[in-house]
Amino acid sequence: MLQPEPPLISLERAGAIRGGRWLVRGVDLTMHKGEIVTLIGPNGSGKSTTAKIALGIIKPDEGSAHRKAGLRVGYVPQKLSVDWTLPLTVARFMRLTGGVSQEAADQALKATGISHLLASEVRNLSGGEFQRAMLARAIARKPDLLVLDEPVQGVDYSGEIALYNLIKQIRDDIGCGVLLISHDLHVVMAATDRVICLNGHVCCQGTPVAVASSEEYRRMFGDRVDPALAVYEHVHDHTHLPDGTVRHADGSITDSCHPDDGHHHGDHHHGNHHPAPLSGADAGDSANPGEGAHNAR
Amino acid sequence: MLDDFFTRAIVAGLGVALVAGPLGCFIVWRRLAYFGDTLSHAALLGVALAFLFEVNITLAVFAVSVMIALALLLLQKRATLSSDALLGLLSHSALALGLVALAFMTWVRMDLMGLLFGDILAVSKADIAIIWAGGIAVLAVLALIWRPLFAATVSAELAEAEDMHPDRANLVFMILMATVIAMSIKIVGVLLITAMLIIPAATARRFASGPEQMAVFAALAGMASIVLGLESSLRWDTPSGPSIVVAALVLFLLAMSPVGGWIGRLARGRKQLSSTERSSS
Repeated sequence: MLQPEPPLISLERAGAIRGGRWLVRGVDLTMHKGEIVTLIGPNGSGKSTTAKIALGIIKPDEGSAHRKAGLRVGYVPQKLSVDWTLPLTVARFMRLTGGVSQEAADQALKATGISHLLASEVRNLSGGEFQRAMLARAIARKPDLLVLDEPVQGVDYSGEIALYNLIKQIRDDIGCGVLLISHDLHVVMAATDRVICLNGHVCCQGTPVAVASSEEYRRMFGDRVDPALAVYEHVHDHTHLPDGTVRHADGSITDSCHPDDGHHHGDHHHGNHHPAPLSGADAGDSANPGEGAHNAR
Repeated sequence: MLDDFFTRAIVAGLGVALVAGPLGCFIVWRRLAYFGDTLSHAALLGVALAFLFEVNITLAVFAVSVMIALALLLLQKRATLSSDALLGLLSHSALALGLVALAFMTWVRMDLMGLLFGDILAVSKADIAIIWAGGIAVLAVLALIWRPLFAATVSAELAEAEDMHPDRANLVFMILMATVIAMSIKIVGVLLITAMLIIPAATARRFASGPEQMAVFAALAGMASIVLGLESSLRWDTPSGPSIVVAALVLFLLAMSPVGGWIGRLARGRKQLSSTERSSS
C-alpha cells in the first residue's frame, strides 16, 4: 500500500511566549512538497516567530513542531548584519552552510542577477543586492523547504516581480515547499497556494485573487498590474479592540482570541469580507498598519 | 637543538602563535575580546588551585577556564545581567580569588611577575611537548567545527535553521579557548594572552579576503611577532612576554601604514585580475 508522503513541516497548536507575552499562539501549519504558503499580518503579529518555530530556531512553549527527518532547509532571515571585521565575499557566503557545488552557486547567482558580484565583499553590497545574495545562497542549496522572511525588502518593484517569478520557477524546478513571509498586508505572490493571515494567532486563511481578475483592483494598481502579483481578501470573524479585548462576529467580547475560547469553529468563518484598502494595496508601502487598524470592517 | 633555552623559547612561542591566530580571528569576529581576558584572569585562580592540590598547572588552569566558560553560558541563559557585566563579574572575582588564595598559601614562594607577564625563557622540553601536542589537537578540532562555527558567527539563526548545530560548535569553541589559555600562560603571561589572540588577527584583517585566509595570515603574523619579539628581547634585554606583544603591535601598525596599504593593493589587484580572467573565460 502506498503511504502518503509525510509533510515537510507540521505545527500543531504551536505557540511561543517571551517575557510573559505570547508572541504567537495556537498555530496549525502543515506544508507539503511543492506548496507555496504566504504568511501575512501586521508588525508584531508573529510571522517571523511562526517561521522560526517551524525551523526549530525557537522551541514551541506549547503545542508541537515537527520537521521531516533530514529536511534540507534554505533560509533567508529577515535581518542579517555582517560584522565589518569579517572578510566575507559573496562567493564564500554561498558556501556558508556547505553542500553547494560551484555550478549550483553560479546558477543561483545568475538567476538572481548578481553574477558580477561574486568577488565583492558582502558588507559592501546594497540592501537589494544583499537580499538577492541571501536568496541565491538559499536556493543554491537546492532545499526541500525554502523559508523566505520578507525576501523582497529593499528590492525595487520590477525586481520584486522578477524575484517572485524566480521563486515560482524554483518551486517548479526542484519541487520544494516555499514558506514566504510577505512585507505587504494585501499584495502577495500570485503563485501562492495558501495565504495565512496572522495576528498573534491564525486570523484567517485562504487563496489569493489575481489582480487582473477584478476591474476594481486593475484600477487601483494602474499600469502596475502584473500576473506575478495577487491580492488576498481577508475574511475575519473578530475585531481587535483598542483595549486589547476581542469582539467576535456574534457580538460577544472576550479577553483574547486564542483558539480555545470557543469562538473559532474550524474553517467556518462568519465575518465580513473586506477588500484591500487603497493604501494597503500599494506594493511599495511596507509600513503596515498597527493592530488597531487591522480590523474587520 | 632544544638544549638552548632561546631555541626552546622560540619553538614554544611558535606553537602558541600558530594556534592563537585562527582562534583569535573568531575572538575578533564575535567581539569576544573581553571573554579572552576573563579566561586568562581566571587562569590565576587555576594556578593557585594547582599549588593547593599539587597538580599540574596547565591542567588546573584548563579546568578552571572550562568551568568559567560553562558558568558564563549558564548565567547568560538565566541571569538578567548583560554579557559584559557577567564577564566583568567572573573575570575579576576569579582574579581576586586567585590572589587571595595565593596569599593564604604562605609556604608557596612563587614568581607573581612571571605569572602575569610570562616566562618564556624558562620553558622546558615537557612544556614544548604539551604546547605542540595540545596545539595540533586544538587546530584539528577547530578544522572539524570550522564550517558550523563560522556559519554561527555570521548568523546563529541561519546556522540553526540549516542544521549546523551552532550551540554544539559554540561549546567546543569555548573549550578550545580554555585549552589555548592554559597552554600559553607560561609564554606571555596572564595579562598579555588576549593580545596574542587579537593583535595578529587584527593585522591579518587588512590583507585577508576570506575567513580561512585571515586565519592563516593571523597565525603567520603571530609567529613573526614571536621571532621578532624574542630576538629584540635578547638584544635589548627587555622582558620577553611584553616584547612579543610590542612586536605584534609594530606589525599591526605597519599593516595600517601606507606600506600595508601598498601590500594590500598588490594582493587585491592580483585577485581582481584573476576574477576578471575567470568571468571572461
